[in-house]
Amino acid sequence: MWIYEKKLQYPVRVSKCDPMMARFLIEQYGGADGELSAALRYLNQRYTIPDQVIGLLTDIGTEEFAHLEMIATMVYKLTKDATVEQLKAAGLGAHYANHDRALFYNNAAGVPWTASYIQAKGDPIADLYEDIAAEEKARATYQWLIDMTDDVDLQDSLKFLREREVVHSQRFREAVDILIQDRNTKKFF
Amino acid sequence: MNQFRVYCPFIGPFDPCPPIREKVYSTPPNLFLGFQPPGLPQFNAHEALKLGTLWPALYSPYPGKQT
Amino acid sequence: MEEQYYAMLHELQAVDFVLVELNLYLDTHPWDTMALQQFNEMAQKRQFLAAQFEQCYGPLLNFGHSASPHGWRWAMPPWPWQV
Repeated sequence: MWIYEKKLQYPVRVSKCDPMMARFLIEQYGGADGELSAALRYLNQRYTIPDQVIGLLTDIGTEEFAHLEMIATMVYKLTKDATVEQLKAAGLGAHYANHDRALFYNNAAGVPWTASYIQAKGDPIADLYEDIAAEEKARATYQWLIDMTDDVDLQDSLKFLREREVVHSQRFREAVDILIQDRNTKKFF
Repeated sequence: MNQFRVYCPFIGPFDPCPPIREKVYSTPPNLFLGFQPPGLPQFNAHEALKLGTLWPALYSPYPGKQT
Repeated sequence: MEEQYYAMLHELQAVDFVLVELNLYLDTHPWDTMALQQFNEMAQKRQFLAAQFEQCYGPLLNFGHSASPHGWRWAMPPWPWQV
């Protein structure tokens, strides 16, 4: 089971009302390489992978939910007191028509999240390589998001999240190393 | 180690926009470290939180788009 | 929110972050006894800091993982995204 902790992993500060940035950030909320995809991908792959790496998938998957909450916090703060006119001017008119200011699992172009963004192949190497790729893609997305804002406080939180992708990628690479060693392996052929 | 690489895209004679002559891409330390050796130097707790990793060997600064 | 809230929260976030990093590291390096020792020391420190924070600002964890001695403060604001 999971226990909720009533705090963010990293402080999120937003210094300017910028609903257009919220529209771009939602890519990491409900986009293909976003935090929801990451959390669900890793936690789902756990059931069909060797015991040596189940702990890592559990822990990184859990950390991704903390990142999802950070992105939600950014979007919430960026749109909380924006007027309908500001939302329309930011390109969020279509979002407002359907959701008011509610967060929704869609990407920056408004496409709803879908399970086809993630894969579970049942092959440990295929799955871990997908996970490494997912971390590198999320790192790239954070780079482009950092480029799109001049709010240094927002950039600060996004740089933290980008660095986490680097560390997760490192651990998944180590997980591959562990699985390709043939210590303890009974001769199969 | 420099964490960025540069390439020069081909510039066509009829490219409509002014050319960006150099494109930069990120090559973070996880691509080079291999299996992390034990006992690497660490940041203190507050630095680690601020930078997003406990180990300088994994720290990848991103200054924003150069071009 | 008062300044002390942010200061205590930040202290806890820093120690918890070291624990996250050591946890992921130990997942792939379970034989590293130095890292394990550091993890256990930090886990003790986080217990102390979390108890201090909860004393002032209410429970951090739900489902009984934090006690609620001063009324039902769990479901009261502020929530993490509001501060």
